[in-house]
Amino acid sequence: MAKQILIVGGGLSGTIVANGLCRQLHSELSSGSVAITMLGAQDTHMYQPGLLYVPFGRMRESELFRSQRKVLDRRVPYFVDPAKNIDVDKKAVTTQSGKTYGYDFLVIATGSRIRPDNIPGMVEGSHWFYDLEGARKMRDALTNFKGGKVVININAPHKCPVAPLEITFMMKDYLAAKGLLDKSEITYTYPIGRLHSLEPVAHWAVPEFQRHGIKSETFFNTKSVDPKAKTITSEEGTTLPYDLLITVPPHSGQQVITDSNLGAGGWVPTVRNTLLREGSSNVFIVGDTTNLPISKAGSTAHFEADTIIDNLSSLIKEDRWARDYDGKVFCFVETGFSSGTYVWFNYTTPPNPGPPSQMLHWFKLAYNRMYWLSARGLL
Amino acid sequence: MSERMKVDARGAYCPGPLMELIAALKLVKIGDEIEVWSSDKGSVKDIPEWVNKVHHDMVGVTQQDGYWSLVVRKAK
Repeated sequence: MAKQILIVGGGLSGTIVANGLCRQLHSELSSGSVAITMLGAQDTHMYQPGLLYVPFGRMRESELFRSQRKVLDRRVPYFVDPAKNIDVDKKAVTTQSGKTYGYDFLVIATGSRIRPDNIPGMVEGSHWFYDLEGARKMRDALTNFKGGKVVININAPHKCPVAPLEITFMMKDYLAAKGLLDKSEITYTYPIGRLHSLEPVAHWAVPEFQRHGIKSETFFNTKSVDPKAKTITSEEGTTLPYDLLITVPPHSGQQVITDSNLGAGGWVPTVRNTLLREGSSNVFIVGDTTNLPISKAGSTAHFEADTIIDNLSSLIKEDRWARDYDGKVFCFVETGFSSGTYVWFNYTTPPNPGPPSQMLHWFKLAYNRMYWLSARGLL
Repeated sequence: MSERMKVDARGAYCPGPLMELIAALKLVKIGDEIEVWSSDKGSVKDIPEWVNKVHHDMVGVTQQDGYWSLVVRKAK
């Protein structure tokens, strides 16, 4: 009987795993000794980092999407039928339509979602670019903005660690291009006592903020937003007025994870080197869904997926473990409309970003197009 | 009171031990404890500083073999 690999989640990490397994298990798929199935929530695949550019009119919406079935290897049946319950004891996943899928190996790749509803007033009073609807509303708000106090408010936890700095520098460039800079003031808030969680990035950002005239308020964890008074208040006791509030909302995992009792907040307890679910030998967790103390980022998802592809293939073909995940993360950092840098690190190598350059910005712009090669497992 | 939540943030550069604690506090109830393991000496200063600022309880900080254990109780 065929070994069943079930992948729950049709985002980047699940798609890379599916496509990579198809390459490594090519003969097993042909002979029918292995079958791979994927369940997802949408029939399109979205390039999420592109959302950063949508509010500024720098990317068209259509450029962010492709048909998931065209990104996915055609040997993987894909069903737009989200998981409703994941039972790791019975090795069965039940979907919203009522179907049940059994498995020999399960890959949970359900990702994360924004939860502005978790902070009173945030939905009504703020803008964000972390989903398409939010990016559209923010685009409209920017179009109508005539200058004033801009607060860029960051909350934990969130995916894409560099987005806070990227949106801040891009916002500054946007205001300058519109001739609104002298009528505006940007204040950036961050949850801990420095400008970014990555210490070298935070140190690099200090003179950059000074150079660009960007104010900051650190140790700021949002307690509430008052949309009528147009103020935002922190747990630490600070209240800031705003004319335009841009937020990176706190995130959680997906509802199916909590409903299935797989992890508080929707984050599944995961072994940091094997990426197996704690207590499981046949359930892998990949991407934002893990509870690992690691960046929730596309590159993390990519490097984790590569490890899972190697290990799952090796277990099936050779009945042995291939290699551990070393915690690698690599992120581009846009530092404005015309410059960028990058940072990489792993569990044992600290980050050390280089100076921004136009070349690295162009490399990031190129990657915005090459992303689809990563999703297809080719890059 | 639930079992203490453990956050192993050793070798965590991003988002880092304090951000992990802030995220974990959103998942537990008042009175619950969170134990953070950090290999970053800065955590010994950063975490108690923030915990006191927002009026949670710092239960204790102990040095282990190659890391620190910091226990926080959610107070509000």
